[in-house]
Amino acid sequence: MTPAVPRLLVRPEFLAFAFIGVMLLAGSLYSANFLSATYLLQQLQVAAFLGIIASGAMIVILLGHIDLSVPWVVTVGGMMSTAAAGWWDASLALPFGVLCGFLIGLVNGVGVAVLRIPSMIFTLGINAVAQGLMVLHTGGFAPQDKATPFMHWLSVEHFVLGIPNALFVWLIVGGAVAAMLARTPFGRYIYAIGNREAVAYLSGVDTRAVLIVCFAISGACSALAGVLLAGYSDKAYQAMGDAYLLPAIAAVVLGGTNILGGRGTYLGTVAGVILISLLQSILSVMQMPEAGRQIIYGCVIIAMLLVYGRGSRVQG
Amino acid sequence: MIELRLWISQRSGMLLAIALFVLMFTIYIGNHPAGLTVNVATTAANKGVLLALVAMAQTLPVLTGGLDLSVGMVFILCNCLASHLIIGSPFQVALGIAAVLATGIAAGAVSGAIVVYGRLQPIITTLATGAVYYGLALLLRPVPGGEIDTDLADFITYQLFDTVPTTLVLLAIVATAVWLPFRLSETGRGCLAVGSAEGAAFMSGVAIDRAKLLAYVLSGLLAAIAGLLLTFITFSGEASAPAGGTYTLNSIASVVIGGTSLFGGSGGIIGSIFGAFVLRTIEDLLFVFDLPPLWQPLFQGIVLLAAVSLGAGRVFRVRNRLELFG
Repeated sequence: MTPAVPRLLVRPEFLAFAFIGVMLLAGSLYSANFLSATYLLQQLQVAAFLGIIASGAMIVILLGHIDLSVPWVVTVGGMMSTAAAGWWDASLALPFGVLCGFLIGLVNGVGVAVLRIPSMIFTLGINAVAQGLMVLHTGGFAPQDKATPFMHWLSVEHFVLGIPNALFVWLIVGGAVAAMLARTPFGRYIYAIGNREAVAYLSGVDTRAVLIVCFAISGACSALAGVLLAGYSDKAYQAMGDAYLLPAIAAVVLGGTNILGGRGTYLGTVAGVILISLLQSILSVMQMPEAGRQIIYGCVIIAMLLVYGRGSRVQG
Repeated sequence: MIELRLWISQRSGMLLAIALFVLMFTIYIGNHPAGLTVNVATTAANKGVLLALVAMAQTLPVLTGGLDLSVGMVFILCNCLASHLIIGSPFQVALGIAAVLATGIAAGAVSGAIVVYGRLQPIITTLATGAVYYGLALLLRPVPGGEIDTDLADFITYQLFDTVPTTLVLLAIVATAVWLPFRLSETGRGCLAVGSAEGAAFMSGVAIDRAKLLAYVLSGLLAAIAGLLLTFITFSGEASAPAGGTYTLNSIASVVIGGTSLFGGSGGIIGSIFGAFVLRTIEDLLFVFDLPPLWQPLFQGIVLLAAVSLGAGRVFRVRNRLELFG
């Protein structure tokens, strides 16, 4: 039997991209600028930060877990990179920032995989600890918080064809994650664990190692975004990551990834990230007050998920 | 004897939370310069009850195997609404209270309906509805402010007969009026059944839709009561997103410390109340021990992490690793 609607048209990735097109068209009726290359590239540059965070968040969500330590790991990335530039050398800023995020992610992974504490609550605790460490760091000995020229270059400048460098960073991170998910055994393990961890374990997958590595990747992604954000605003500051946790989860889910794990494609996450960034941008261009923005933002997420993200009926 | 042991083992999380609270509160009072005076107890009770109410609101969806990330925002929304309505003649005040409670119920019902009939995941649904409720709160209170009936606020936030903090009595009344009937009702038992095994509950003829919907509706009601109490304590309304987020996250932590499983199906409101008290007492302890302010967030984080890690002991007791994958 051929389905009434071609399969492609009901895939979440397709619907998310279609919705992006609709939003751009609707926006262009409001102002022609919405279709200009400058505006679109600017949007992609802002989307790159969210995209890098969402890449890590997606891997963890595919496992059936969640990483709520994003806000302060982003801040750790930003603050540790600027601090490293002050302590040692500007060239160490980016690697040290990302390394700190990686290590925090490692701790997350150990708590979830070895101690078997629900990720939602363990990463929450780690978030609080990271916050405490950063408060201590900034309050205790007034560190350098200024971004290095390289960080600024990486997130704001563009070296070819006016394409922002941040977009290239997202391209590299995203490409690596997409290839890992679709083309490597490790990617298969992630989907397998997300579907049923016990079966993956019985099939010989070292589920603990996979969980730990995935949380570490997520931490590194968040910290990398923090480094870029510090470069973007030229300094690292407290709570700089607070605005990124919920949009990242929303982007991943709007892209068709199952919040319970085991299902989803990276292309969908790309669509979700662009969709969220575009929505935020359009609402701010229309000078919608914050209250209206929040209401529309929430309603759009619900409406889109009602179209294609519904679960199946309970059947015993 | 066996029955007693079973009773204890089924409530080990809750009993641990109570023991932890008693221990910490004793240390707190022992080190407090004023000792256990009525005023010290009232201050502690007001802060503790506020979080306890939000934690109770979080417990019900968690019992069904869901989660309500919007409790903090319903709490803030009701606070902002109350800062407009709780003023005037006694009749107007009563009407205002009713309107605030109705708003909480409506907010919970919307989230619940989307979860039940829209069949969306609770975590992402309440994330989105939370944004909407926060937007509504901002509409009501673009800048912090408001005015409320000070007589009523004083009555609620001081003591009964100059001895018992009124908020504690209020908490006891809410717990008995909401939790007991709920837990003893068929629908309430249905909530636990749904959280334990939804498919099996469905096949056994449990009205799973009604059970889940009721959990979210009651969650909204409890969050609204917390919002009212916040208004009585602060005398004003403020649409603060950080406050809403903090209360949501602390409510989840309280629920876990109180022994309710995040996977649903076991636990209860009493544990969450003491979980909330434990979290609040941590902050007070940092205060009496005169810790440098800079170290406080770090200590809070470490204690929170340690508290939620208490359940990790079972990892070292299982003989077959397959048991871990539940």
